[in-house]
Amino acid sequence: MGQRVAIIGIGQTDHCYMRTDVNHEQMINEAVRKALKDAELTIKDIDTVIIENMDLFEGHYLSDGMTVDGAGMYLKPGLKMNTGGTSGGTVVATGWHHVASGLFETALVIGWQKQDAVPSISALLTAREPLYDRGMGAGAAGLFATLALRYMQETGCREEHAALARVIMADNARRNPHAHLKMRLTVKDVMSSRVLVWPLRLLHMSPTSCGSCALILANEKRAKKAAKKPIWIKDLETTHREQSVFRGGCIEPEPTLSSIEVAASNLYRRNGISKPAKQIDVWELYTPSSWAVFPWMEHLFICEKGEAWRLVEKEAIRIEREIPIEPSGGVVSTNPIGASGVIRVAEAALQLRGEAGERQVTKKAETAVATAWGGCSWTVMHYLSNRL
Amino acid sequence: MARRVGVVAVSKTKYGEKPELHLQDLVFEVVQRLLEETELRFTEDGSGIDGTITCSQDHWDGWTISSKNAVDAAGGHLRSEEKVAEDGAYALYYAVLSILGGHYDCVLVVAHTKESQVDGRLIENFGLEPFYLRLLGLDFTSCAAMQARQYMSAYGITKEQCAQVVIKNRRNGMNNPYAYVPEILTVSDVLNSPILCDPIRLQEAKPVSDGACAMIVAAEEKAKKWTDKPVWVEGMGCCYDRHYLGYRELKEPLSLKEAARRSYSMAGITNPCKEINLVELSEYYSYQELLWSEGLGLCGPGEGGRLMDSGDIPINPSGGLLSGVPVNVAGLDRAVEAVLQLRGEAGKRQVVGAKTAVLHGTGGVCGQMHCVINLRRGF
Repeated sequence: MGQRVAIIGIGQTDHCYMRTDVNHEQMINEAVRKALKDAELTIKDIDTVIIENMDLFEGHYLSDGMTVDGAGMYLKPGLKMNTGGTSGGTVVATGWHHVASGLFETALVIGWQKQDAVPSISALLTAREPLYDRGMGAGAAGLFATLALRYMQETGCREEHAALARVIMADNARRNPHAHLKMRLTVKDVMSSRVLVWPLRLLHMSPTSCGSCALILANEKRAKKAAKKPIWIKDLETTHREQSVFRGGCIEPEPTLSSIEVAASNLYRRNGISKPAKQIDVWELYTPSSWAVFPWMEHLFICEKGEAWRLVEKEAIRIEREIPIEPSGGVVSTNPIGASGVIRVAEAALQLRGEAGERQVTKKAETAVATAWGGCSWTVMHYLSNRL
Repeated sequence: MARRVGVVAVSKTKYGEKPELHLQDLVFEVVQRLLEETELRFTEDGSGIDGTITCSQDHWDGWTISSKNAVDAAGGHLRSEEKVAEDGAYALYYAVLSILGGHYDCVLVVAHTKESQVDGRLIENFGLEPFYLRLLGLDFTSCAAMQARQYMSAYGITKEQCAQVVIKNRRNGMNNPYAYVPEILTVSDVLNSPILCDPIRLQEAKPVSDGACAMIVAAEEKAKKWTDKPVWVEGMGCCYDRHYLGYRELKEPLSLKEAARRSYSMAGITNPCKEINLVELSEYYSYQELLWSEGLGLCGPGEGGRLMDSGDIPINPSGGLLSGVPVNVAGLDRAVEAVLQLRGEAGKRQVVGAKTAVLHGTGGVCGQMHCVINLRRGF
């Protein structure tokens, strides 16, 4: 095997709806500077820079070229990745491979999204196959409404439970200084918010956010000299799937989620994880809707099929409880899409460092799983530990 | 390097405008040919292909997350697939890294683009700085014209020398069954073709083209098992320059020099012109072959024209991009051509006795970022 890889620097912007005070490059630069400061390094210590962007969202072609100065890429090697919603997870994986290869001691990985520049739905509308699927329109709302309805029908979960999951996320987000929506919500507030596609309501969905998140990865030699406690990315897994709604989407049982199950099975098998709910201390999941948290938990084998809503009902996913899920407030509170996958890893690492401030989980946190989700129900998953 | 990585097999489509084909058809064709040739399959137990790395651009596909076009055709269904959103040479670069890191032993790399379905000038305009440059209506050709001007006037490169690049590459294309526009041209044919943006003329720019190419790369032990003719990746380097043209010295391919320095030092090459038997580089315009030759260290600054006149080293025996290779596919196609040469399978375009090759891919305005990879025959 190659070099072992640790996170030694973490930086993220304070995410919000509009960043009219900066351009995309300046926004990226904020996160990069914070990550360098956190690691007590300068850009000279960085061997390679990996960035992600979904070109059509901001309307830039080869946007990595445009952000060279802000990202600190000038005269450095590096490349750009784009796998849609999973881009943030993928870019961390790409940085991991760079350091693991032994050719680079340090890598800076950057995720970003500036949704105030262009309405992202205009890009999302081109996400489907043009001949058969595109005419149906796209976007996440229809998908999650189907998922929610199905989940209710099959498990006995009710709208109140999804609302409660959203309330918990909002409570977590209020403890996170970087979160976008820091709302004080009740179950009633969520259930009386506007219907998008029943049973999906406005407050069930993630917001459109601007933000950037940067991580500095390092090999074992550099990690041991790091300013902060290194958090090791022990293993990772990418699982994509074919695209058509008709072939893989609404018709098959468990339509859109099997990539999570496949990725989790592979990751757990390689790392000797047989009881994930016990062996993983913190979960940072990419749940674009509060309805997604139930099937996501089940497909990650945190609980049996059809049982996740009961755990939520018991509020077992709160920061203080036994299965803390998304202590950051999650993607429903903050969603700068390309950055969201990197933020999941960053937040998980902060928890394992014990530096998550008010959102620090109560239980002792030694292992974490961070996921990214997007594309056509694609999954990228990282397994983190504070021990080598 | 921790372990050696070798090329097991390559495949490509014939290039040209293909309005009858879906994007997935392009990918399927090249992947299917590789699977038939190698008899490898997408497996979970290490007995075949472990992962897929694709290369395409959302803008060219008119499709956000363009790798959706490649996922099922390239074995990504409920498996690993990652998309490099840069030139195809970077996809090979990343594939090699992911094998060096030990996560995979064998990776399928595939790049596709269908240029004919969009107006590339509009896309290139989106590739420029949004507040000042984009509104001017610039595209990559008009920016390249400024680079060509600066380069030619600084070093006394003549327009005839630039025309000779086109003549040589299109003639080489006559020997390449995959080339789109092989033809015999004269200097006056080139220099009397319509002006796109002075000094660049129609015949001096890469034609619009569609197609795909693919490659299977594997760790040494598996590469040796699966092919009698392995080609080893000896060195790799890539590098970014600044974006804003006013910050750059356009006649100095700074980032290419740095990418080449990295690759050569990994491969232990000190005198590239002597130690490398053939070069496959990405010339989107005629003058770029001369300028990139300098950046690759094949000659000194301003000597690109002289190098071409001398014919000291075979450059683009395939016919290069000027014979018609799609953007994004370009860099990976350079790798495919270099591998065919090193395996002695390049047919009429074969460089006799080629043992080492360097290939080059580039992206961005006026060659902002470059990727250089050194290959060596392994049998």
